Amino acid sequence: MTNILKKAGALALMLGLASQSWALSLNGAGSTFIYPLASKWFYSYNQSTGIEFNYQSIGSGAGIQQLLSGTVDFGATDAFMSAEQMQAAPDHMVIHIPATMGAVAVAYNVPGVDSGLKLNAETLAGIFLGEITNWNSGQIAALNPGKTLPDLAITIVHRADGSGTTAIFTDYLTKVSTKWAGTVGKGTAVKWPAGVGGKGNEAVAGVVRQISGAIGYVELAYVLQNKMSYALIQNRAGNYPEPSIESVTKAAEGALKKMPDDFRVSFTNAAGQDSYPICGFTWILVYPHINDSAKGKAMVDFLNWAMDEGQKSASSLNYAPLPDSLVAKIKEKIATIKY
Amino acid sequence: MDVLMRALCWTAMALALIPLLSLLYLVVSKGLHRFDLDFFIHLPRPVGVPGGGMANAIVGTLTLVLIASLVGMPIGVAAGLYLSEYGESRFAGTVRFWADVLSGVPSIVTGIFAYEIIVKPMHGFSALAGGFALGTMMVPIIARITEEVVRLVPTSLREAALALGIPRWKSILYVVLRTAISGVATGLLLAATRVASETAPLLFTSFNNQYWARGPLQPTASMTVQIFTYAISPYDDWRDMAWTGALVLLLIVLLVSLASRMTLTKNRATNL
Amino acid sequence: MESTQSTSAAALQAGPGGPPPGPAHSRQGTGDRIFKLALTAAAALVPLLAAGMLLMLFTSSFAVLGKTGLFFFIRQEWDPVREEFGALAFAYGTLVTSAIALLVAGPAGVGIALAITEFSPPKAREWAAWMVETLAAVPSVIFGLWGMFVMAPFLHTWVEPVLEKFPGRPFFVGPGTGLCLFTSGLVVAIMILPTVMAVCREVFNAVPISLRESALALGSTRWEAVRLAVLAPSMPGIIGALILGMGRALGETMAVTMVIGNRPEISANLLGASDSLASAIANQFTEATSDMHLSALAALGFLLFGITMVLNIIARLLVWAVARRMQSVGGR
Repeated sequence: MTNILKKAGALALMLGLASQSWALSLNGAGSTFIYPLASKWFYSYNQSTGIEFNYQSIGSGAGIQQLLSGTVDFGATDAFMSAEQMQAAPDHMVIHIPATMGAVAVAYNVPGVDSGLKLNAETLAGIFLGEITNWNSGQIAALNPGKTLPDLAITIVHRADGSGTTAIFTDYLTKVSTKWAGTVGKGTAVKWPAGVGGKGNEAVAGVVRQISGAIGYVELAYVLQNKMSYALIQNRAGNYPEPSIESVTKAAEGALKKMPDDFRVSFTNAAGQDSYPICGFTWILVYPHINDSAKGKAMVDFLNWAMDEGQKSASSLNYAPLPDSLVAKIKEKIATIKY
Repeated sequence: MDVLMRALCWTAMALALIPLLSLLYLVVSKGLHRFDLDFFIHLPRPVGVPGGGMANAIVGTLTLVLIASLVGMPIGVAAGLYLSEYGESRFAGTVRFWADVLSGVPSIVTGIFAYEIIVKPMHGFSALAGGFALGTMMVPIIARITEEVVRLVPTSLREAALALGIPRWKSILYVVLRTAISGVATGLLLAATRVASETAPLLFTSFNNQYWARGPLQPTASMTVQIFTYAISPYDDWRDMAWTGALVLLLIVLLVSLASRMTLTKNRATNL
Repeated sequence: MESTQSTSAAALQAGPGGPPPGPAHSRQGTGDRIFKLALTAAAALVPLLAAGMLLMLFTSSFAVLGKTGLFFFIRQEWDPVREEFGALAFAYGTLVTSAIALLVAGPAGVGIALAITEFSPPKAREWAAWMVETLAAVPSVIFGLWGMFVMAPFLHTWVEPVLEKFPGRPFFVGPGTGLCLFTSGLVVAIMILPTVMAVCREVFNAVPISLRESALALGSTRWEAVRLAVLAPSMPGIIGALILGMGRALGETMAVTMVIGNRPEISANLLGASDSLASAIANQFTEATSDMHLSALAALGFLLFGITMVLNIIARLLVWAVARRMQSVGGR
């Protein structure tokens, strides 16, 4: 009996020692908006440093919650935390590090209609309010002379979980439609007047692909990766820019001039001839003081890497790289993280 | 009327078989597409990078079932032994009642329970929490089957052991239980396949992991959660892997459940 | 022979207190006592776990119940932003899904059980039963996959247009998407079918052959014999099977969340999207941003557990009742 105990103890000791030499592993959760880019980043970073960033794309709302609960080491969100939300954090503060900028595309699945359907603010709001119910509606047709629209019911697909993408989308609709502002409002989870729900950008894209006549709001990378059709949304200047790196960067210009110190800002419905109207930042969330010094160092190193190397891979996935002036400010912020 | 009712019954049978066949056909035909070596030995890769797999999910499911068994087996077998050997009291009646209640608990509730008592205090998702949630589901199944098979052990064996002067507890453990051990093992296998198929309780206990879980205190991938994640995504490669995952999981579950059912009926026959 | 057996049996019953012959029975006593204690402790863990879960859910619900009172359970509102919560929409989705599942799987399960026990040759019986029970081994998430990619489009393309014409309003109003209460109910029906069938089979097999034989001897047709001699006395057992199936249907999470549409709404339209208690918890638990939200989700869990538990108790009572009745009827 004691023999067995001795052997078991020795084994446990060996495993314990061995585990120290295993790679460092950090857990993160949040935005599905940034997931295509984030997963690529973490994969490349792991290949070069061996450090494992286990990121789960469960939605911005969940990312914030799990960070506040302390079950993950970092979060990611496309809806910045409010002051009240941050009260729950130790130090009552959560550092928002802008990681990238992305566009929310309006994807649809209408047989016979290619990509590039033009929609203005009023029509978009009307569709998502459940007022415009068929693809052959006069309002849509008026904006798209020359396209034959079928007699097909519109199925709205929205997020079922707490989503930063929803926050960006509803933030835009609130700005451009008083009716929307009055009935639905903005936030990571709103009461949708109509439609079915999907969990994550992934599921919304998946459902739009499945259902004929569906329309949903999805991050651009998902739309392009799956070769889905997307709409051209009229911006404040009256033009219909393509959702792209250029139009997102243009949209951010105004916000960059008045960037607050904590980087918490929205730039939907931006001014400018070529600005895409529905886009925003994704922030990585960390505490200003990270208790575990090994993890803290790994986090800071990664964030700096993301500002340099990371930005280079953003454009291949159609995320807009951060402008250099902003990167400089962000790096100063990263330097304030204590571990 | 006679003919009509018989026809209806057979129609019901046919109607039940259609979904089963459709499901099996789908899982096999779509699952074979990614049924390759990569699937079994590689970790998941980001979208667009070929060659990803579900190796960590397969190991994760096995780990979770192992932890669940470590929780569920001692409690379940001991409770089952109690019910069969000392089970005439009112307390035993209470235990049986609550075992039934426990077996009917919606699995997501066991997840909430494990979250509250393990994930929150530990400040982290872990295979331990997931295994614990699954373990609580195994307890009533194992207890019930253990009670059943141990009861079948003939009284003559117990009497013989006592007549030889062996203490009661030794006779239960070394004679009675040992005789029934294959039945108990079958019960364990049945319970294990039942929990290996669970998804809901893992969503916020073992969470998920893109890499290998370094020990039971880390979140881990599992087949069911990974299948779910991939299935609701829009990427073709991921959806293909979801089907392959479904195929592998189904194969494991069917084989183990078939084997254990056959052993169980054989046991019932021989012990009678 | 008899007397030695009964004295040994008595010795067995007496447990550690009764003195078996032989030296060192005080040592036996201690060992036995500890062992029994260990087993009792393990057995006690069962009610502790179950009651513990119930208690934990209940205490976690205090926050939201304190705010909304019992009104929470009949309220439709679910607004995490304004922190207004109510369980009604999810309870509706859960109950309607289970009701549809039961309406389909109930008669089908009984019919299949009959086909197996009454109408098929003995050799085929085991095979037929095995095939349907294979369905029971299929993991829930695979049913969800199948439901999402096969059942939902199939129903949407072929069945919904027919149903929209007849019976039409108010239960089948288009246009649907395939992700709705109806699909959810059907998928769950297939999942609970093996349960219903297996229990019915046991119940029918428990009916003594003498009953069937007497009916046939009196000149009834095969079906009449079945109806009088098998179905009638088994009715409580059948109801028990249905309730057990319902219990499983209520708790079903993954398959439902993948096909129900995830839209907390109450409407008579079965082709409309909805949401269920379990599905809501699965979707929202990790991201409940406020304590009130978490409390509301725990309250949903409590409601679900409560309904399931009550049904479980009723089912056990009924199946036990039929077993007793069979003993008294067919005892000879």
